[in-house]
Amino acid sequence: MLIATKINVSIGKTPILHGVNFDAQAGQLSAVVGPNGSGKTTLLKAMTGDLPYTGSVVLDGTDVKVIPGTQLATRRAVLPQAAGLAFPFTVLEVVRLGLTAGLGAQDRGLPQRALAHVGLAGFEGRLYHALSGGEQQRCQLARVLTQVWEPKRDGQASWLFLDEPVSALDIGHQLEVMTIARQFADAGGAVVAVMHDLNLTSMFADSILLMKSGHSVVQGNPQAVLSDEYLSRAYGCRVRVNVPPFHVQDAPYILPHMADLI
Amino acid sequence: MAVVEAGSQFASRQAGDRSGRAMTVLIGCAILLVVMMMASLTVGASGTSLFQALMAWASGEPIELRERVILFDIRAPRTLLGALVGASLAVSGAVMQGLFRNPLADPGLVGVSAGAGLGAILAIVLGGLLPPALAVLTGMYTVPVAAFVGGWLSTILLYRVATRKGRTSVAVMLLAGIALGALTGAVAGLMVYIADDNQLRDLTFWGLGSLAGATWAKLMVAGPLIVLALAATPFLARGLDALTLGEATAGHLGIPVQRMKNIAILTVACATGASVAVSGGIGFVGIVVPHLLRLSVGPSHRYLLPISALLGAAFLLGADMISRTIVAPSELPIGIVTATIGGPFFLYVLLRNRSLLDM
Repeated sequence: MLIATKINVSIGKTPILHGVNFDAQAGQLSAVVGPNGSGKTTLLKAMTGDLPYTGSVVLDGTDVKVIPGTQLATRRAVLPQAAGLAFPFTVLEVVRLGLTAGLGAQDRGLPQRALAHVGLAGFEGRLYHALSGGEQQRCQLARVLTQVWEPKRDGQASWLFLDEPVSALDIGHQLEVMTIARQFADAGGAVVAVMHDLNLTSMFADSILLMKSGHSVVQGNPQAVLSDEYLSRAYGCRVRVNVPPFHVQDAPYILPHMADLI
Repeated sequence: MAVVEAGSQFASRQAGDRSGRAMTVLIGCAILLVVMMMASLTVGASGTSLFQALMAWASGEPIELRERVILFDIRAPRTLLGALVGASLAVSGAVMQGLFRNPLADPGLVGVSAGAGLGAILAIVLGGLLPPALAVLTGMYTVPVAAFVGGWLSTILLYRVATRKGRTSVAVMLLAGIALGALTGAVAGLMVYIADDNQLRDLTFWGLGSLAGATWAKLMVAGPLIVLALAATPFLARGLDALTLGEATAGHLGIPVQRMKNIAILTVACATGASVAVSGGIGFVGIVVPHLLRLSVGPSHRYLLPISALLGAAFLLGADMISRTIVAPSELPIGIVTATIGGPFFLYVLLRNRSLLDM
């Protein structure tokens, strides 16, 4: 279980996050959504220790600040939004960096399996630079999966932090990647994902934090959070939430209204 | 990156895994180094058949005094020093490029060598002003240690100035290098007025870069520092590889980023300081060698660092042999040879990596 309490982040003198609370559970996919500039990525970076913050982030009962980095790396992997590469590594060499964390190192075949898992089997010998944006994103996902391959180890959940994992992907690969995240959670792991697409979020998330201007608007299950009222308030435009008869688990889906911008 | 791509096509058994090829290149470079060391011992201005003498000595037969002096008092320390300095220049280039995440970073170009030179120049001239008791205490280590401190401070300065939010600005890095170079030149010029004749000769030798003054004593001074720096590199390999993904991601992979960076900076300073102290400013080895190797074995530091050491050593011995035979019986400063090869090569690398300069 992850509990983030009263997270404040300032960049320079500009406050970005104002006392945001967030929690996520093992076995669940917890999403963070909100308009551009609402602080989704900032919150993720605070929780992963990439940005200085005040407040507390407690992972399975321990403040993350006191967990040694090497130990944390065996339990938690982070997929950043953009991942440039300074030197011409091959796809396999990039994914193997996920073995750096140690414990997975016994299994040398893991990178190949992770690549196959994200649909990049046969890409091992390609240069990372020569991949398309979407392929690079999935290659990085394979690296992250290599790092925490088992969703649950020694009774403890592994954590995946994903920053807009499907932003560069086409609709087919979006579903593929979200399904991988879903399976990871279903197998006892914990996934925290910053998401842009509300409908994908609705389909795959167990819990959603809706943010606006560095504040938390509401956190809860999709049915509770994805309402006309909350979304209109957060996004500043009128939206219509529907529940179609054919849809999974009564997941709401969202249509923006063309007219009547608030 | 057409060359790189073409290279990656004849990958070893497992696609994308270049470690098999890296091992082949490593063994090849090790053999090349042995050949170069043999050649360096026996090729030169003296004209005698030193190879036969060396063979005779190796099989236990007595050899003439003249040949023994040339082989063991002149050539042997020079060969060992050349190999160590070459290895340290290439490795410090490779480590610095990994640290700055930029294939154009090189201690010679960005002012680390200049900083080390500044330390050495100050030590040469002002060292004479030390009280005799203190001078005896620090002894022959004064110059290398001063060079190390100069290189260390300039690397830290450079990192502070050129790197913001984990990104390195090449323009700022090179400009800072120019500033450090200018400062070194100015102080060197000033010191000329203070220095006595002996010190003046030492200072002149600085600007050119040469292995000509190699002695066992110099080897004893610089050798341990260089070996120490080379010994640290296996511990940096994983960290530098992870750093390619950015500092934050390296941290998430369990790398103690700050400590790793500090060790990398110390390693560069140690290797550059020691080699500058004994051989002056020899440029471009740190650019040419790692760049060529990345084309063939890939950028993984696990292989890049040790193979850079081997190839750098072989490369500098080759350059040294050219420098002492091309105008025999006189001798060309080795810095001229490496610059003649490295200057055009560097321009070529610049052409290929122009996009990196926009950062």
